[in-house]
Amino acid sequence: MVSIGVVWPSFPKEIRTLKDLPREELLAPGHRLCSGCGAAIVARMALKALRRPTIVVVPTGCLEVATTIYPYTSWRTPWIHVAFENAAAVASGIEAAWKILKKKGYRKEDIDVLVLGGDGGTFDIGMQALSGMLERFHDVVYICYDNEAYMNTGIQRSSATPPGAWTTTTPFGKVWPGKLERKKDLIGIAVAHGIPYAATISIAYPLDFIKKVRKALEVDGPAVLHAIAPCPRGWRFDPSETVEIARLAVETGFFPLYEVENGKLKINVRRTKPVEEYLKRQGRFRHLLERPEYRSFLEWIKKTIDEMWERLEKLEKAGVV
Amino acid sequence: MGKRLGLTGNEAVAYAVKQADVDVIAAYPITPQTVIVERLSEYVANGELDAAFVPVESEHSALSTVVGAAATGARVFTATCSQGLALMWEILYIASALRLPIVMSIAARALSAPINIHCDYSDVMGTRDAGWITLFAENVQEAYDNIVQAFRIAEDPEVLLPVMCVHDGFILSHCLEVVEVLEDEQVRNFLPRRDRPNVLDPSKPITLGPVGLPDSYMEFKRQQDEAMKVAYRKVKEVGKLFGELSGRYYDVVHAFGVEDADVVAVCMGSAAGTTRYVARKLREKGLKVGVLKIRMFRPFPKNEVRELLKGAKLVIAMDRATSLGGAGHPLQMELATTFYTWRQKPLIMSVVYGLGGRDLTPMDIERMFNIALEYAKKGEVPEEALWLGLRE
Ligand SMILES: Cc1ncc(C[n+]2csc(CCOP(=O)(O)OP(=O)(O)O)c2C)c(N)n1
Ligand code: SF4
Ligand SMILES: [Mg+2]
Repeated sequence: MVSIGVVWPSFPKEIRTLKDLPREELLAPGHRLCSGCGAAIVARMALKALRRPTIVVVPTGCLEVATTIYPYTSWRTPWIHVAFENAAAVASGIEAAWKILKKKGYRKEDIDVLVLGGDGGTFDIGMQALSGMLERFHDVVYICYDNEAYMNTGIQRSSATPPGAWTTTTPFGKVWPGKLERKKDLIGIAVAHGIPYAATISIAYPLDFIKKVRKALEVDGPAVLHAIAPCPRGWRFDPSETVEIARLAVETGFFPLYEVENGKLKINVRRTKPVEEYLKRQGRFRHLLERPEYRSFLEWIKKTIDEMWERLEKLEKAGVV
Repeated sequence: MGKRLGLTGNEAVAYAVKQADVDVIAAYPITPQTVIVERLSEYVANGELDAAFVPVESEHSALSTVVGAAATGARVFTATCSQGLALMWEILYIASALRLPIVMSIAARALSAPINIHCDYSDVMGTRDAGWITLFAENVQEAYDNIVQAFRIAEDPEVLLPVMCVHDGFILSHCLEVVEVLEDEQVRNFLPRRDRPNVLDPSKPITLGPVGLPDSYMEFKRQQDEAMKVAYRKVKEVGKLFGELSGRYYDVVHAFGVEDADVVAVCMGSAAGTTRYVARKLREKGLKVGVLKIRMFRPFPKNEVRELLKGAKLVIAMDRATSLGGAGHPLQMELATTFYTWRQKPLIMSVVYGLGGRDLTPMDIERMFNIALEYAKKGEVPEEALWLGLRE
């Protein structure tokens, strides 16, 4: 148990421009996340969007280990880490408890509950707990900061790792072109639970990011946000380029920005650049561009992205998911 | 005298939990615990209990959910056994290390494979080192009484540890007994709401569950060990206070005939009643046998065991679980360690019984005592355990 005291900001009622954001930082500096860590920016920006005091739950992963090394903590919010696969279950308990404690008169104030989980803790080992939380309709905002691998244990693949990406468990070689399988569709899975709000977010689009977090907090019931969180260490790019990479992911259509509100899908940003512009900036994909034997796999990757876009555009047009 | 109700072990547990006015229940069905979850959902459904019932999708999530709930300061409860308890294993250690006063009921059941729904302690023994206070019930009355006391013990500001209350699967979980229950009001007064420091409170933000590296981890573990020592004392204190309230006094062990006994059988749970019954008959025939029931398995009641067994020539460790390939079986190892560092060292004879619900008959127990008396006379015991009731 560690504490660095309270500095709740004056929470803005409405966020129209970035100027409406509070100056106070709820994620204090001094943590041990790598410089240029996308996950750190996701966490910091999400906390800027809060509307009232919030309890934060973080499963095991980079964000957790690097921000809470006893006796230090970077968190100015009440914060809890329990294990790797159960953040959604812990959040369920917090939300359920708070409601009943209020009803019984043991608590007065209203709070929000926010999860910040890695892709491993969300797409893979935490999927069951997340599904349970969504089905039971706990009023929790679940943000997955997706750095597309298990970074904390040294860059191993997850079901969020995109095809073709190098990780330490999907090396490229004579037989493998990097990861062979597609990325799991987190938002699709979340939406299938009939939740009121789900969206993708990118730190390169701060106003879109913050407004979506706010909307997720405001809806009644669970919300899932999928944030692209570039990782200089694991993706092999310079730490100064994190936000640019997060922008290219969106512009090339690799990571589409869209939201699904009460079953209606809306694409927020159209793709305008070829996928190669994103791939060539990262060491994890470079082999795809440099080695002729992976050419056909690269073509397949591009096809899967086109298919994803076709699907999204069809869903948007249909007006229902 | 209080109200008398006909209740099964599971119903008695659920009734006590209702009276404890818990705030959050999260549990997952598993035979033979399921009735507890069913009763509690009925209580919530019909408004008898004002609690959040979280119908989780697994036991791992059940314990995780009550961990989250307890971290907000809520009074919480869960129940499971066997495979469910095994699935919780990872979070058991975290619950105790976060010092959360969770109460959990276990309708003890064998672990797979082969899959078996009947009683033994292989599930509970797998949690020996998890940092939970562990109480065993001998009958349905004790199952009820233990739950009421468990909340008081767990929430004591000097303890703040989770408590596991074990009652034998089917033998007690489905056994109908006349149980004397307290009035709701009495239970409420016995379990006052108390503040604690490790709570997620927006006005005092804390970081719960940080990383503890080599420079701090050992100190955390030592603090937990110290808390267990306090718990030892508190379980005794609460047992006394509960006695003043109900007329039913509890200690961490219960002894029968040990004062002059050459041979004392040490056991837990429902086996204690049958073992005492046989011991009484043998004593009537002039045989010097006794029974020591361990009510509190964690922390292990070393002092009482040493004090009460100091005159015995031979102690029988009755294990309803095995430690395959171990130096002994779980209770046997506890007893061996208890005596090894003590000036008096009785012979310890290892007995394995009742695995997967195998019946423990008075005949088996009589045979066990007779064999033990022979060994006591010879002044030696075999190294191998005697497997009672095994078809050979
Ligand atoms: C049950 C369990 N299995 C494995 C681990 C080891 N482990 C810790 S963090 C981690 C990967 C985390 O990946 P992710 O959720 O993507 O977060 P990141 O580190 O990438 O931010 C793993 C495999 C663990 N702590 N618990
Ligand atoms: S490895 Fe990646 S995700 Fe982890 S702290 Fe470094 S940059 Fe961030
Ligand atoms: Mg990751």
